[in-house]
Amino acid sequence: MTQSNTVEEIVSKPYKYGFITEIETEKIPKGLNEDVIRLISAKKNEPNFLLEFRLRAYEQWLKMKEPDWSGLNYSKVDYQDLVYYAAPKQDIKKKSLDEVDPKLLETFEKLGIPLSEQKRLSNVAVDAVFDSVSIATTYKEKLAEHGVIFCSISEAISEYPDLIEKYIGTVVPINDNFFAALNSAVFSDGSFVYIPKGVECPMELSSYFRINSGDTGQFERTLIIAEESSSVSYLEGCTAPMFDTNTLHAAVVELVALDNASIKYSTVQNWYAGNEEGVGGIYNFVTKRGECRGNRSKISWSQVETGSAITWKYPSCVLQGDNSIGEFYSIALTNNCQKADTGTKMIHIGKNTKSKIVSKGISAGQSKNSYRGLVSISPNAEGSRNYSQCDSMLIGDKASANTYPYIQSKQPQSNIEHEASTCRISEDQLFYLQSRGIDFEESVSMLISGFCSDVFNELPLEFASEADKLLALKLEGSVG
Amino acid sequence: MISSTSETILSIEDLHATVEDQEILHGVNLVVKEGEIHAIMGRNGSGKSTLSKVIAGHPSYKVLSGSIQFKGKDILELEPEERARIGIFLGFQYPVEIPGVSNLEFLRVATNSRRKELLKSELDTFEFEDLVKERLKIVEMDPAFLERSVNEGFSGGEKKRNEILQMALLEPIISILDETDSGLDIDALRIVASGINKLSQPNSATILITHYQRLLNEITPDFVHIMADGKIIKTGNKELAIDLEKSGYDFIDKDTKEKEMAK
Repeated sequence: MTQSNTVEEIVSKPYKYGFITEIETEKIPKGLNEDVIRLISAKKNEPNFLLEFRLRAYEQWLKMKEPDWSGLNYSKVDYQDLVYYAAPKQDIKKKSLDEVDPKLLETFEKLGIPLSEQKRLSNVAVDAVFDSVSIATTYKEKLAEHGVIFCSISEAISEYPDLIEKYIGTVVPINDNFFAALNSAVFSDGSFVYIPKGVECPMELSSYFRINSGDTGQFERTLIIAEESSSVSYLEGCTAPMFDTNTLHAAVVELVALDNASIKYSTVQNWYAGNEEGVGGIYNFVTKRGECRGNRSKISWSQVETGSAITWKYPSCVLQGDNSIGEFYSIALTNNCQKADTGTKMIHIGKNTKSKIVSKGISAGQSKNSYRGLVSISPNAEGSRNYSQCDSMLIGDKASANTYPYIQSKQPQSNIEHEASTCRISEDQLFYLQSRGIDFEESVSMLISGFCSDVFNELPLEFASEADKLLALKLEGSVG
Repeated sequence: MISSTSETILSIEDLHATVEDQEILHGVNLVVKEGEIHAIMGRNGSGKSTLSKVIAGHPSYKVLSGSIQFKGKDILELEPEERARIGIFLGFQYPVEIPGVSNLEFLRVATNSRRKELLKSELDTFEFEDLVKERLKIVEMDPAFLERSVNEGFSGGEKKRNEILQMALLEPIISILDETDSGLDIDALRIVASGINKLSQPNSATILITHYQRLLNEITPDFVHIMADGKIIKTGNKELAIDLEKSGYDFIDKDTKEKEMAK
């Protein structure tokens, strides 16, 4: 039967975002040491507390070892062979978009993210990050009317140092793990969001990350703070050109939700995945964590992971406040030699805390797709509940899917449910759709979308179709 | 409705086919013309369902020899979706459930793929909703079924109605309905049968695959074929079905044996 081969062909869509922007870039020399960190900090005119923060992290990092427990095989990164700061040459302070290098605007336009006033997405504010710097943030003034701060983290460091000092590193401590420590030492840019008390953010916020340089590590840092009774929905998108070397992307994302606040964080990750033989591609080693500090607060992660040679991330929720809620909705699609080890940690500390995990893994080619998740219920978390559902779909006979659920409950008055399933694309379902005139490719893509529908339904409306398109794109054959 | 000038829609000649390397069809011959209703009856395992899947192009079934022509054109090289688009419809005995795929969207995509073939304009969501609401009446179906996933959690009868709804939307030239009557209570049977009757057109044809006479009380066939061991062994008019109902399949066995003896 050649059907699975054909399905594999469909999944192997050439990467559309692999172009490189020819632009003059300012790079610092390769290598990492204290001086490099001081140089990065100086380039960004950072206050002293942040330099101290970076140096402390660096000191910790030197003492740490690169983790290898995941069983992911990859050629280790030579940290002295990376560039830690690369920025397109232009004036740091831009008054308006007119002053941004048109090549950069063009790049984002090509990626489907128009930044210019006329074309920008309606009702979505975008922060566009190119290599190590944020080049533009749209709708800033409109957001400011509501007291919402949305800017690059560099800008926030100089404009709102008190907020940064108060929150940075409080959710993901500098010594949390090897990659988080590295990020804390050398992070270049990223996004900052602050939603004041009682404000419902009037539009979707979005950051778009673009790696352009081949030998540059990207270390972005995102911090989102939702004050009491506020709410925000945020989306990040990522792409990179095709290089035959591996590029490291080690981001840290910290979310803080206070009493009655709610944060929805969605990711559509489509970093370059390497070629069919597994040469090149991004190492996506990311630490994402949210703290429901307040009572009745809520943090919801949703992610569509289709890119990267290796994805290694566990967006997590620390449910500290009583009655707080954590959610994790994930679609991970791997193909060829891609490896994904992703999942979440739900740490129940407060009373009556609830968490829900829905994970959909689709593996094709020789890829490996693992769900790894922890549900931990502490002795004080009376009346806490978790529901987990992990479904895997295999395409072809060389791909693999694993589920590693870790459950630790120290509270007898809690309730944990876990369901898992593995399936293949069913020939009968395919035939049914085809026998109604729907062509093979569209049928496969319909079945995969159907498999993922629980998660699509959780994506912000503006992006659900985008994500569906992304999957379809990845699934599209050479036709058309 | 049958006239001597009627055009042949489907012509099957000496068809041999296998599934999982086992030959199931051992030389089927069948000609279906415009306006005709054919019933194919026979025991379980006689090859009825296999025949319907081979006509629709199921990839697990391989044709060894023989031919299937649709309006004079060989269709054996066509993909299942191409066969559907030119007007071949298979109503499934066990329609599969497709979780997460909206029934409405599925019906719309399917309808548009057929419309494209007919050089009709594609229908957008709103136009399609109007069309589907009108066609729902044919099978007395609740519009709520449109909002659900394809066949998911539908009862046996609801699944069969959904099949006939698809037939109503795709407006096929030949409909092969594989045991559409199985698992239906008497009311559902009547609704489904009346739907099929309403949809029959002078320039289209229907093949009913069934075990029982009861569907044929509602839909009068012009021809009744009896299949056994992968062949059509007897063809007659509606009386044949009545005889069969009275005497059971044993009388066929006897009949065939006698013929063999006579040889």
